[in-house]
Amino acid sequence: MNEIPPKEPLIETIIEPATQIDPNYNFAYLNEQTKKMIRRALLKAVAIPGYQVPFAGREMPMPYGWGTGGVQITASILTPDDVLKVIDQGADDTTNAVSIRKFFQRTAGIATTLNTAAATVIQTRHRIPEQKLQEGQILVYQVPIPEPLRFLEPRETETRKMHAFEDYGLMHVKLYEDISQHGHIATTYAYPVMVENHYVMDPSPIPKFDNPKMNNNPALQLFGAGREKRIYAIPPYTKVVSLDFEDHPFEIQAWDQPCEICGAEDSFLDEVIMDDQGTRMFVCSDSDYCQSRSEVQS
Amino acid sequence: MFVAVKGGEKAINNAHKLLAEARRGDTSIPEISIEQIEQQLSLSVDRVMSEGSLYDRLLAATAIKQARGDLIEAIFLVRASRTTLTSFGYSQPLNTSEMQVLRRISATYKDLPGGQVLGPTFDYTHRLIDKNLEQTNNFPTAIKAPASNEATPHVLGLLSDEGLMEQPPTDTDAEPNDLTREPLSFPANRDTRLQSLARGDEGFLLALAYSTQRGYARTHPFAGEIRIGKVAVEFTPEELGFTLELGEIEITECEMVNQFTGSKNTPPQFTRGYGITFGQGERKAMSMALVDRALRAEELSEDLVAPAQDEEFVLSHCDNVQATGFVEHLKLPHYVDFQAELELVRKMRAEQNVGQSQTSEAAE
Repeated sequence: MNEIPPKEPLIETIIEPATQIDPNYNFAYLNEQTKKMIRRALLKAVAIPGYQVPFAGREMPMPYGWGTGGVQITASILTPDDVLKVIDQGADDTTNAVSIRKFFQRTAGIATTLNTAAATVIQTRHRIPEQKLQEGQILVYQVPIPEPLRFLEPRETETRKMHAFEDYGLMHVKLYEDISQHGHIATTYAYPVMVENHYVMDPSPIPKFDNPKMNNNPALQLFGAGREKRIYAIPPYTKVVSLDFEDHPFEIQAWDQPCEICGAEDSFLDEVIMDDQGTRMFVCSDSDYCQSRSEVQS
Repeated sequence: MFVAVKGGEKAINNAHKLLAEARRGDTSIPEISIEQIEQQLSLSVDRVMSEGSLYDRLLAATAIKQARGDLIEAIFLVRASRTTLTSFGYSQPLNTSEMQVLRRISATYKDLPGGQVLGPTFDYTHRLIDKNLEQTNNFPTAIKAPASNEATPHVLGLLSDEGLMEQPPTDTDAEPNDLTREPLSFPANRDTRLQSLARGDEGFLLALAYSTQRGYARTHPFAGEIRIGKVAVEFTPEELGFTLELGEIEITECEMVNQFTGSKNTPPQFTRGYGITFGQGERKAMSMALVDRALRAEELSEDLVAPAQDEEFVLSHCDNVQATGFVEHLKLPHYVDFQAELELVRKMRAEQNVGQSQTSEAAE
């Protein structure tokens, strides 16, 4: 095995320069009225970390459940000088990430990048980049079901009261029942967190592996649920704790082997099936992290 | 060697070209025009306008063509286009008793002022495939009555005069709540519910309406009146202070008359369920009226026992653009979450195996 390279990759960052804006649309698709409305919701969300702010989500030209909440936030915060990165499952080249990146190239004409460090705005589905985020960066999450209590209590009228009263007994009972039945908390992604000792929040369906990265993060984290019309936020340097019990502390996933491409032992690995004989290969889910480490090594 | 899943962008571009080809179909057959769709598939156009919340026949026809006839996809296209439009205000309430009636029927009175007008209806046709349609230019000509000046008052108004009908809400000057500008919140007002139902999926509302007839929140309905025709849309610009007519739209309106046995505060009387669509959408308007009435259960102190009475259930799930997006998003990659689940299941199975072998050792 090669020497483990330094964590900060020393390779040159690559930025795709700004492109022509499609003149048929306002900058970043949404009209200014709508952007103002969303920015007001964002300000409220930042002021009350972890609280789900209802907003008048619009119909976007991509389907609900495919990132319309994230897209609306990104559209509302982008400036012409921003550099955008879009990932899905940690990778820039997954189809939906490509589609969303192209949407903003067309409607906002902004620069894009695959490099985590070079991006000012990163829109993500299901992952937090492995590389540490910096002050000034914004991470925009796509959220399918913003309500962490939804599968315990389907009614919005009830769950809003539960949040207001910090009545999270039901959630703790669920986690306890998991342990008593399975010996583990049987939640592996969208693992609930508590934000600044008040709101229990759904971190979106990121693997629980990523949960610790939310805590005390220098970047601003924004969450958009388009279909459910909710926005919430974690301001920089905010306390985010994954729910657990003293005798069953929160744990993250671990693999028996490093990434087979870059040798990383600290990243979330995807399992790739190589043939019909059951041969498997484990590689980083974060394609930029993996590639930059490989380039440093070669 | 492992090959990363690159080339997503190229694949997407090619898929879109293939889609355009598939939409066009066999090029030896003439291409369908927007005008043909607008004229000859007009009920599709009407549905797309209603559920797309935008009255624009040619835009809806274009969306249907682009969507290869998939109406939910066409509705989605119209909705996304609507997002880019600036809202400049709300019209005056439509005065549907002034409607230029194309069809008007009542199931509660044999005859009534304005008469029963069948109009172009599928009712009473025998559903036999018409082989004549395989040829073009083969259709009979209808004999049309001259336009009538006779007033066609609302049937439910006639009942109201006798005090048998609940009084309609009076604050018609209040600005309506608008779901496309404000997020849905619960409990919702009736105006919000009606807007949500008017945008809601025809199939979903039809099934819910049907469920009320089969005993899941029975409402004892009569089709008091169904009317289809053109009405004027009027708007009062704030800076002018007087009302202008913007144009005419075709709508379908349904008012159901429902039995109500009365409660502590209210004498026995008839109540109403209301349905409306753009264009000709009789099935949807009737379904909507039944569901509207079922959703008034709480207001009328009825027992809440069925899905059609459950405001959160109905309103949260009636939008087909939301529903189709979320159901179909399961096509997107989920390998990170699936990997997390794989890891857990493997771990739990390993522990179970250890546990079982320990038990069998102890038994030996």
